[in-house]
Amino acid sequence: MNLPEYFSLVFTDYTLRTITLGTALLGAICGMLGSFAVLRKQSLLGDAISHAALPGIALAFILFQSKDSSVLLTGALVSGLAGTFWIRSITQNTRLKSDTALGLVLSLFFGFGMLLLTFIQKQPNANQAGLEKYLFGQAATLVASDVWLMAGVTGVSFCVMSIFWKEFKVLLFDPEYTLTLGFNTKFIDILMTSFMVLAIVLGLQTVGVVLMSAMLLAPAAAARQWTDRLWVMVTLAAVFGALSGILGTAISAGYDNLSTGPVIVLVAAVFVFLSFVFAPRRGLLARRIGFIRNRNDLHLHKTLSFMYEIAKSHEDHSHPHSLRLFNEFRGFSKKSLRKLEVQGWITFDSRQWSLTDEGFHKAANLYNQNVEKP
Amino acid sequence: MTQAQFEIQLIAMLVAMACAIPGTFLVLRKMAMISDAISHSILPGIVIGFFVTQDISSPLLVVLAALCGVLTVMLVEWIQKTGLVKEDTAIGLVFPALFSIGVIMIARNANDVHLDVDAVLLGELAFAPFDRFIIGEYDLGPKALWVIGSILTLSVTLLGLFFKELKISTFDPQLATALGFSPLLIHHGLMTLASVTTVGAFDAVGAVLVVGLMIAPPATAYLLTDDLKKMLGLAVCFGAFSAIAGYWLAHFLDASIAGAITTVLGFVFFTVFLIAPGKGWLSVWHRRRRQRLEVSLLTFLLHLHNHKDVEERKVGHLREHINWQKVRAKSVLSLALNNNMVTIEGDVVSLTSKGWKFANEAIEHISSDKTTAIESMKDEFFLFRA
Repeated sequence: MNLPEYFSLVFTDYTLRTITLGTALLGAICGMLGSFAVLRKQSLLGDAISHAALPGIALAFILFQSKDSSVLLTGALVSGLAGTFWIRSITQNTRLKSDTALGLVLSLFFGFGMLLLTFIQKQPNANQAGLEKYLFGQAATLVASDVWLMAGVTGVSFCVMSIFWKEFKVLLFDPEYTLTLGFNTKFIDILMTSFMVLAIVLGLQTVGVVLMSAMLLAPAAAARQWTDRLWVMVTLAAVFGALSGILGTAISAGYDNLSTGPVIVLVAAVFVFLSFVFAPRRGLLARRIGFIRNRNDLHLHKTLSFMYEIAKSHEDHSHPHSLRLFNEFRGFSKKSLRKLEVQGWITFDSRQWSLTDEGFHKAANLYNQNVEKP
Repeated sequence: MTQAQFEIQLIAMLVAMACAIPGTFLVLRKMAMISDAISHSILPGIVIGFFVTQDISSPLLVVLAALCGVLTVMLVEWIQKTGLVKEDTAIGLVFPALFSIGVIMIARNANDVHLDVDAVLLGELAFAPFDRFIIGEYDLGPKALWVIGSILTLSVTLLGLFFKELKISTFDPQLATALGFSPLLIHHGLMTLASVTTVGAFDAVGAVLVVGLMIAPPATAYLLTDDLKKMLGLAVCFGAFSAIAGYWLAHFLDASIAGAITTVLGFVFFTVFLIAPGKGWLSVWHRRRRQRLEVSLLTFLLHLHNHKDVEERKVGHLREHINWQKVRAKSVLSLALNNNMVTIEGDVVSLTSKGWKFANEAIEHISSDKTTAIESMKDEFFLFRA
């Protein structure tokens, strides 16, 4: 199946439509909430939370003997939140830094989850097959009800975000100020984090524990490069996330043995790479071009000011001088002289140059000397 | 205990000890999450090495994987240097991408490759004794034992040689530069050692649990001591203990050994997190509560000091005036009584001479902006000793 075929099938084929919608929704919600994580420097929290959700899935299965995704995801939500609060408690009450707390919770919860999963597997009566899919996710297991659940959560988090937009924004950029304004920062913080946990838990089924953090980060990191405005960034991140989901699904549907989760993550990584390189202003390319342009300007100005110093000593500043005067000066080239001529700052007359009035004035004002125009 | 069981425990113990050494420095340098990144992103190296050699325990795998680890660190640093995103985001972008490439490479060749993605995450310590290192006729024990044994020896040797350099560059990079050895070189050396250790441990305990073994024992030790040598020693001990205890836990539950080891690590950390003297949750909680009470007591005494009229010093009025919850007012009052700072006659509270002295001194310290001096007053007046 190639891409055009995929897109023609998407509207008719039930499975394909469900998976595409599911991954697109997931990408959108992750991009939306991930923007806040990236800006708050909590990028790796998503990684820790997604790992911390694993024992919850296993425990929910042991307790309720059900493989229903809503039961398992509730378990994941509970243990994800528990992990988050433990991380918070470690950083607030001990001298361990947040990276250590994240790594600790991530590995300890995951290890415990693994212990439980292998323990379940050895139970004689348990019908446990399928629990492992939460490790790497299996987009193919998405059904319509899952997509409705995702749509619901996306809708709710969108509403909450719109209602608390002002609070989120001010907390993001100036937490101390938010506190002095009288906002309940703890509540806003917990609200924001809870929705992040919710989004992560939703993604477990699709892309799995290990790759979930990239879903959260990559669209947001890509969007960040294109704008300095928060709402533009959030919108762009949602779009990038949804596109990653759709394209990732399309590509993985086209080949055998290509799991959807990793492909989605790689597509998102491509978005990040393109944004890093091509974004206007912040992007590496734009920065490089700006750098080169500045350097050229500098060369030009250097040459002009050198000429100015020579011309100043003559009463008539458009007095022609020979090019040989430049022998000791390394700032000029044929190209820069031609540019100066094009600008109308100098004129050439048989290997003799002279400053024009405009060029003299420009040179005099190069370093903000505010010399009056003659 | 069979020979295989003994060998498994020995391997687990050595892995835990080998991880704890670079882990200690990662925790102190606030780079714990780098170990998570490395442990995931070495996957493509392992897969490529396996495709080339078709042998899961070939040394080429270790080399390629370690190269991948170093590549990860360099990529993260490069992305960070562009200033486009913060360091943690850089980590979070690099390792899932590399890991995805590894997973896809495995999946695409799933049929003819004996390399399971689950094993990558989990490792399988129980099979380690079957893969033996045999030269000619001699059985020299499990290969894993040799791999991790040499890595541990390497770490210990490097640690012995460069202890001073590591210590100074960890706690004071500027001083290290001034003294003439490059913190950057030490940094890259440490990263390489962390990568090599991760690869060695990876085979036995899998990607995620390497992180646990690297971070949890040093973090636990850090809550108990300020001394780098003691911290290293404690971390190694915690690691070794968890390895042995985890093995037996797994044995009785018939579950993943690596998972059980991490669970024990978690249990040990949680216990220390709760009860560590001075730095644990309980003592922090207790200290904060006591400090709140002390501040309240000071406020209370100063209030009494200010109001000489009987009317202002009635118990009910005070509660209203200072606006405390009933419980806190009671505990402050009883603390003041126990320390002979106040007396109650009927429902009127008055300062004793000791209370006067205390309040006077406190006011003097506050008005002369020497508020820290109040701390020493607590000892002088035997506060909390009653």
